[in-house]
Amino acid sequence: MSAAAATAGRPSRRRRLPFSPWHLVLIPATLVLILPFAWLIVTSVETPAEALHFPPILTPHVIRLGNYPAALRAAPFARFFVNSAVVAVTTVASNLVLCSLAGYAFARLRFLGRGALFVVIMTTLMVPFQVTMIPQFIITKWLGTHLLAPIGINHIGALIVPNAATAFGVFFLRQFFRTLPIEYEESARVDGASRLKILLRIVLPLSTPALATLAALTFLDSWNNFLWPLIAINSTSQMTLPLGLAMFQGAHSTEWTLLMAGNVMSLAPMLIIFFVAQRFFVRSIASTGLAGT
Amino acid sequence: MTDPAAALRRRSRPASQARRRLPRAAEQFSGWAFVTPGAVIILLFGAAPIVWSAIMSFQRSNLLSPSTPYVGLRNYRQLAHDPIVGQAIQHTLIYTILFVPGTMLVGLFLAVAMNRKIRFISVYRTAAYATMAISTISEALVFIWLFDPSYGLVNYFLSLLGIPQQQFLNSPTEALYVILVMTIWGWTGFAVVIYLAALQGVPQSLTEAAAIDGASSWATFRRVTLPLLSPASLFLAVWLTINALQLFDEVYLSTQGGPLNATTVLVYYLYDQAFQDFNFGYASAIAYVLFLFILVITAIQFRVGRRFTHYRS
Repeated sequence: MSAAAATAGRPSRRRRLPFSPWHLVLIPATLVLILPFAWLIVTSVETPAEALHFPPILTPHVIRLGNYPAALRAAPFARFFVNSAVVAVTTVASNLVLCSLAGYAFARLRFLGRGALFVVIMTTLMVPFQVTMIPQFIITKWLGTHLLAPIGINHIGALIVPNAATAFGVFFLRQFFRTLPIEYEESARVDGASRLKILLRIVLPLSTPALATLAALTFLDSWNNFLWPLIAINSTSQMTLPLGLAMFQGAHSTEWTLLMAGNVMSLAPMLIIFFVAQRFFVRSIASTGLAGT
Repeated sequence: MTDPAAALRRRSRPASQARRRLPRAAEQFSGWAFVTPGAVIILLFGAAPIVWSAIMSFQRSNLLSPSTPYVGLRNYRQLAHDPIVGQAIQHTLIYTILFVPGTMLVGLFLAVAMNRKIRFISVYRTAAYATMAISTISEALVFIWLFDPSYGLVNYFLSLLGIPQQQFLNSPTEALYVILVMTIWGWTGFAVVIYLAALQGVPQSLTEAAAIDGASSWATFRRVTLPLLSPASLFLAVWLTINALQLFDEVYLSTQGGPLNATTVLVYYLYDQAFQDFNFGYASAIAYVLFLFILVITAIQFRVGRRFTHYRS
């Protein structure tokens, strides 16, 4: 770091380089950061013989796209993608609804037991998932056999319901709602609006940045979740992308061209979404850090 | 959830009168109606399991036998004498001690480098951010291939430098460090985002004033910028530590805790006990030990961190 900071002062004193010296740091750093992506793509279009060659063949002679259909025949990546998308979108939607309602109640409404309930919900924020996962597994299993099969073990419902509302979401929105000026709400109440109407017409429209942040963070969490799906899902038809990819790796552990083609297909959708909505994701993630400052 | 009758009643009474007494029935009703759906989910899947797994940690409980007799502290005693738990704690701590500062330094360095308006800056930033869009499983899969002992790219680069072929994930002494490298790569984007946001909050007037006073750019960075970044650093340290102590995905995919338990970390062992051997009682005890570690370490971080953290009011 010292070397980097020292070079920072130099260009102001003597302008030698026609470009910022920071490029000399950033270009190698960027190459290291994208090397895994590049190698992933290169391997995914090689023949098995090219992949299993040392020294590695950095530029394949022919671009062989056949690995992709082969990977699709070996594992239903489209299905995994649909499952991941259904789980992520449903989880985001239900979090937005349920956490808005609960967050608003905690922020503005006075009801008996509010303080105690809030403390209990906050406690769950501190506890790591590993502490709760075994009972969560048992509860989900019970719900599936005794209540409703689609939310039980081995159904994607099991990936949605336990995360349908999160303590983080409730807390995050409550904090945000409390920063809003209360005057609008009070004048709406004088005009006779119901609480639900106030929430829908006044509070939520003022809260779009917070709602967007919660949506982005919930989406990323859901999309990348691995441990819970690993526990809850067994059958291929219900797997999400990370779980499906892990299973695929277990079944084809040495077929690197196939694995990398599958991996490209697994990560491409999220990478594209991320690039398209980069500002939105970056601002959301940055706001988690700035919340403490 | 709306209650038109309640809304009518509410309208008929002045608001100030209600505020002094118990909350009115209508407000009680809407309060509970709003909270209930979310609270049911959180209590059922978040709060109740905390108590339940605490109880389970005092039971002998597995899927094979229906009875779950209380065994007092036996699970915890067994845990204290389990050599693999000892190793798992050791590996988890070594990993955390290296991962947290490693990721923070990489993130800080890149964020400082990227905190300027130069050409291609958005390309550089996007490359760092892209690591955030990759799931841990995709990341681990690419790195297993990069670090493949026979055909991997990393061994090829090492061979160019005249370094002999390494076994990496097959080597008990190297495997944990390969996992360290892949996870640092995976978290780089997050650390860069946090530090870049914090750097953009550093007022230019302060760094310029320091420069006018004759401070070198290193001194300015060390004495002005770095202290102003301390809230972001504390946040990152805590956040990364919590995640490092819960390392699992990469271990599961790349080594399954091997070779020779060299990468068995706490959560991996816990998963193994819970969902391979179905020793729910013993696994719950391990989970509570993990929780204790997280609590103690983050408490220390906040205590120590407060001394070095400067908050601008």
